[in-house]
Amino acid sequence: MATQHSRAAARLMMAPAVILLLGWMLVPLILTLYFSFKRYLPLRGDSLGKGLDWVGFQNYARFVTSSSFWPSIQVTLIIVGGVLVVTVLLGTLLAVLLDQPMWGTGIVRILVISPFFVMPTVSGLVWKNMFMDSTNGLFAHLWRAFGAAPVDWVSQQSLFSIILIVSWEWLPFATLILLTAIQSLDSEQLEAAEMDGAPALKRFWFIVIPHLSRAITIVILIQTIFLLSIFAEIYVTTAGAFGTKTLTYLIFQRVLESQNVGLGSAGGVYAIILANIVAIFLMRIVGKNLDA
Amino acid sequence: MGRITLDKVTKKFGEVEVIPPLDLTIEDGEFVVFVGPSGCGKSTLLRLIAGLEDVSSGHIQIDGRDATEVPPAKRGLAMVFQSYALYPHMSVRKNIAFPLRMAGLSKDEQDKRVSGAAEVLNLTAYLDRRPGQLSGGQRQRVAIGRAIVREPAAFLFDEPLSNLDAALRVGMRLEISELHKRLETTMIYVTHDQVEAMTMADKIVVLRAGNIEQVGSPLELYQSPRNTFVAGFIGSPRMNLIEGAEAAKHDATTIGIRPEHIAISPTEGTWQGKVGVSEHLGSDTFFHVTGTGLADAITVRAGGEVSLRYGDTIYLTPEEGKLHRFDAKGLRI
Ligand SMILES: Nc1ncnc2c1ncn2[C@@H]1O[C@H](COP(=O)(O)OP(=O)(O)OP(=O)(O)O)[C@@H](O)[C@H]1O
Ligand SMILES: [Mg+2]
Repeated sequence: MATQHSRAAARLMMAPAVILLLGWMLVPLILTLYFSFKRYLPLRGDSLGKGLDWVGFQNYARFVTSSSFWPSIQVTLIIVGGVLVVTVLLGTLLAVLLDQPMWGTGIVRILVISPFFVMPTVSGLVWKNMFMDSTNGLFAHLWRAFGAAPVDWVSQQSLFSIILIVSWEWLPFATLILLTAIQSLDSEQLEAAEMDGAPALKRFWFIVIPHLSRAITIVILIQTIFLLSIFAEIYVTTAGAFGTKTLTYLIFQRVLESQNVGLGSAGGVYAIILANIVAIFLMRIVGKNLDA
Repeated sequence: MGRITLDKVTKKFGEVEVIPPLDLTIEDGEFVVFVGPSGCGKSTLLRLIAGLEDVSSGHIQIDGRDATEVPPAKRGLAMVFQSYALYPHMSVRKNIAFPLRMAGLSKDEQDKRVSGAAEVLNLTAYLDRRPGQLSGGQRQRVAIGRAIVREPAAFLFDEPLSNLDAALRVGMRLEISELHKRLETTMIYVTHDQVEAMTMADKIVVLRAGNIEQVGSPLELYQSPRNTFVAGFIGSPRMNLIEGAEAAKHDATTIGIRPEHIAISPTEGTWQGKVGVSEHLGSDTFFHVTGTGLADAITVRAGGEVSLRYGDTIYLTPEEGKLHRFDAKGLRI
């Protein structure tokens, strides 16, 4: 569509942004790679000024052979997968509901969006202390009201709790994108399907869901990128205990708690590889929706 | 199979009454065209028949059974939408088969009917494409295909040709007319294009603001419009409507004369005027004659080659017996 000339102009105008973004990405990436091959323990007196020892792939080997590595990958995938399932399913449901004409739609929509404005640290703390606390939490009161023994969510159902909190944060995003997608569905298509003899559920399955597939793809891709690096919600609730140590959290512990920058950097490189594997995997499954 | 009766049907959107009480009978196998200006309620009426809108009061009967409360799918009608409303993620084959699939027909039966419809509509080569990969006319045919496989009691068309270019429109018009001749199924067709109405219909229903102004065959409407609205709406170009002293001479409030019923002459005639804008269509030439003192401009038809130019004096003579007379209420006398 574009002519040679306009394409060249477009490249020129995009160049500053591309260069900035590249710098933004490349500098940390190169530093991470650099540190990952060095012995860098600030508490033992290593510093950039004195020069760092080259240790080859020792950091990489130590990171994967640590007993925390594979569990952390597993936990990461469980949390990401769990949140994706919850947000996409509930998001679709909510989007369908919000699309119905009803009283007070405006207010309901704002309410639905609002969790998105709460900072992860805050929402983690609020959930932990107001809802999930085993003595004063709302859930504890609710359980007691039904005569059940209160659950200490954060320690006994730790993974479930974190998935719940993170899903709550990301549900608005999924709902919003899916809602706009639903609203762009031509109502005549639904009417045509109705006349073709499709009852409501079949219309949803054969018309609405295929129409939403592209939006769902986008929700999944974007959320995955952000979910792979969730941190604050874990930090303020379980602090990595009770089997909630994700890869991101493990790297944090290596760098800041053990003060081993080299080891943490090697972990960072693994995280990049994991993210890419997940991304390729997702693109394979859902990416074909994007070029349809 | 396909007799539709509307009995005092009304439709209100909130406080606004879009369709005032309306009675209409559509006979089995008829090709009925609803025609009228934009916003007059044609689509609403069609959607009421389809069941996509609920009537506010009144009854709809299909084949003698009361269908007022029957859901759209159970009325046995098929609709072709203005936007075609094809399912974009399904192939043409799946689109056409969709109603059959919903009806739970066997795979073999589905295939048989789909290929039958595809053959009739020249779609066989496109069965595996998506709607997005088809031209407007082909999409239109897919939409019709999806309607005919169900073998409905009646077809409902809502301005199906309005998105097509002029040449294609003429072609599709013929195809739909042929389809009607072959299937002999009731068809209800909505349009605001009176040429489509005149060429396709067995029976035309002229609507204005939800009211039926006249029902009749195209020729009836052309020859004896019941009022000034129908007179002005049917026929192309429009009938000339003249009020005042000239009308009073014929004992009417308004008289009407069609452009094709006026004889022209450069030297003598009943009315005198000046040639204004002229439209040359090759076979015909239409002159807009100004300064007659009768109306702002009188349109007249002349043969293809006429040597009158802008500003020339022209004399007009209405053909005997072709004059339409209307009273103060606009009704035909
Ligand atoms: N859902 C609705 N709510 C309120 N008013 C409506 C609704 N649908 C239609 N109307 C009104 O009803 C009237 C008739 O609409 P309709 O769509 O039947 O017109 P139409 O004859 O099909 O016009 P067109 O030739 O432009 O398609 C219009 O004045 C329109 O504003
Ligand atoms: Mg309409």
